[in-house]
Amino acid sequence: MEVVEAFYSRVEENDAKVNAFLRLTKEKALEEARRVDIAVKREERLGRLAGLPIAVKDNICVKGVEVTCASKILAGYRPPYDATAIAKIKAEGGIVMGMTNMDEFAMGSSTENSAYGPTRNPWSLDRVPGGSSGGSAAAVAARMSPLALGSDTGGSIRCPAAFCSVVGLKPTYGAVSRYGLIAYACSLEQIGPIARTVKDCALLFSVIAGRDPRDSTTLEPPRRLEPESLEGDASRVKLAVPKELVHGVDPRVEERFWRAIHKLEELGASYSEVSMPNLKYSLAAYYVIAMSEASSNLARYDGVRYGYRAKVEGDWSEVYARTREEGFGPEVKRRIILGTFALSAGYYGRYYLKALKVRALVKRDFQEILSKFDVVASPTMPTPPFKLGEKVKDPLSMYMMDVDTVPVNLAGLPALSVPCGFVDGLPVGLQLIGNYFDEERLFKIALALEDELRIYERKPPLS
Amino acid sequence: MAEINEETIKHLAWLARLKLSEDEIKEYVGQLSKILDYFKILDEAPTENVEPLFHVLDLVNVMRDDEPGETLSVDEALSNAPLKEGNYIEAPRMVT
Repeated sequence: MEVVEAFYSRVEENDAKVNAFLRLTKEKALEEARRVDIAVKREERLGRLAGLPIAVKDNICVKGVEVTCASKILAGYRPPYDATAIAKIKAEGGIVMGMTNMDEFAMGSSTENSAYGPTRNPWSLDRVPGGSSGGSAAAVAARMSPLALGSDTGGSIRCPAAFCSVVGLKPTYGAVSRYGLIAYACSLEQIGPIARTVKDCALLFSVIAGRDPRDSTTLEPPRRLEPESLEGDASRVKLAVPKELVHGVDPRVEERFWRAIHKLEELGASYSEVSMPNLKYSLAAYYVIAMSEASSNLARYDGVRYGYRAKVEGDWSEVYARTREEGFGPEVKRRIILGTFALSAGYYGRYYLKALKVRALVKRDFQEILSKFDVVASPTMPTPPFKLGEKVKDPLSMYMMDVDTVPVNLAGLPALSVPCGFVDGLPVGLQLIGNYFDEERLFKIALALEDELRIYERKPPLS
Repeated sequence: MAEINEETIKHLAWLARLKLSEDEIKEYVGQLSKILDYFKILDEAPTENVEPLFHVLDLVNVMRDDEPGETLSVDEALSNAPLKEGNYIEAPRMVT
């Protein structure tokens, strides 16, 4: 109970500045905490997350709690069910603290595309926290929550984890159930954990992972992760560094990245620079696929069954179109239009099918490299966190921020971002990409690095 | 190469049932042309004899017995509809 209260008082102190949370579920959370206290007193069996507060991205359904995808179109929507990830967290005694800010429908890399105002980076309040799970990463970085859930379609967990100096995992496609995750691009996205330390991140991952009859794309991992016995180990790890993922990166970020690689070398790893020629097409292929899936997924917001409905008289098409005009923000509209274009007669083959073929090539590149190496390493983001307003008017420059993260989603591989230093007081993340269901190896390497660097001891300059 | 102009934007918006303001349409012409220009890089990708990859994992169909389980009640299922009457959702007129 004291734990939960302490985190809420951090929110009260700092969230007016950061704006990580869209809404809190304090009353319910304290009630849950009281229940845990009683269980402790009675010496009952406790769940693995007993009493731990968790911040939840605003696109994951928690029964009875308003969830909006940071969009006006879903304002007031209260899901009558829990997402599977949430049900698993509750079953282990975890406590939902509230819903966190994000780019509308997870479309963006800065959390500026929210209908409820941007989130700010706790390390520098005039900069973005990354996105789209910016609220979740900022909440953990600002010590407002020990754990958070995000979702990652093209980097939406790893980008804010890197920008906020926390640990974030995009799991293998199919490792975590998407049941109750409000859809943006189904073939690319996964729910994943965000935490201050590698061990906490592994703990939350181990709770939410597993096959779910309600999501037919989930698989049972070949081996269960045991986070309690996880130990840092980078010895004899063979790292591949693709030049395509380092080329064009801000030199200050690149310097921090190589320092981390050399640190891993000291810890027993080896590395080689490699080339993955098809990665240069991955950003374009990713956006074509994501936009196409989005235009189809977001057709459901018709103002009839749930969410916002424009107050106009008219026939179906008129009410439908006006509801969407008023309910969606500019980036969502852009992606729906472009996705509709890529799927329309005459362009389907040139854009959508072509992008899916490129996706096959990208997967092949990764399979080839991962047959010779254990892990692919790169900077998570090509720059340090940028200023609010810097890229929001130029969508393509915003998309370019995802250049090192999207190949992972195309291939469906697991990838982790772990803090590896600062430039001018701004966080830098190291991205580790593993083979299918090889999350444990990523955690071990990241933990070895974390034990050396101990970056989690640094606190952002808030009260 | 496809040219994006105000007419194509209006047509696409109609297909997607999105109403756009004149200002939005003007802004999108420039932004979307720039993005589509970038997408041209896909033309260079060596994809002869490559099959499109819709899903990354080699999944097989999952079958289960068709047994009744717990479902949402009518009240729960309708709880989020903006307009309703009795056990029905009120929809706009389909045919005029």
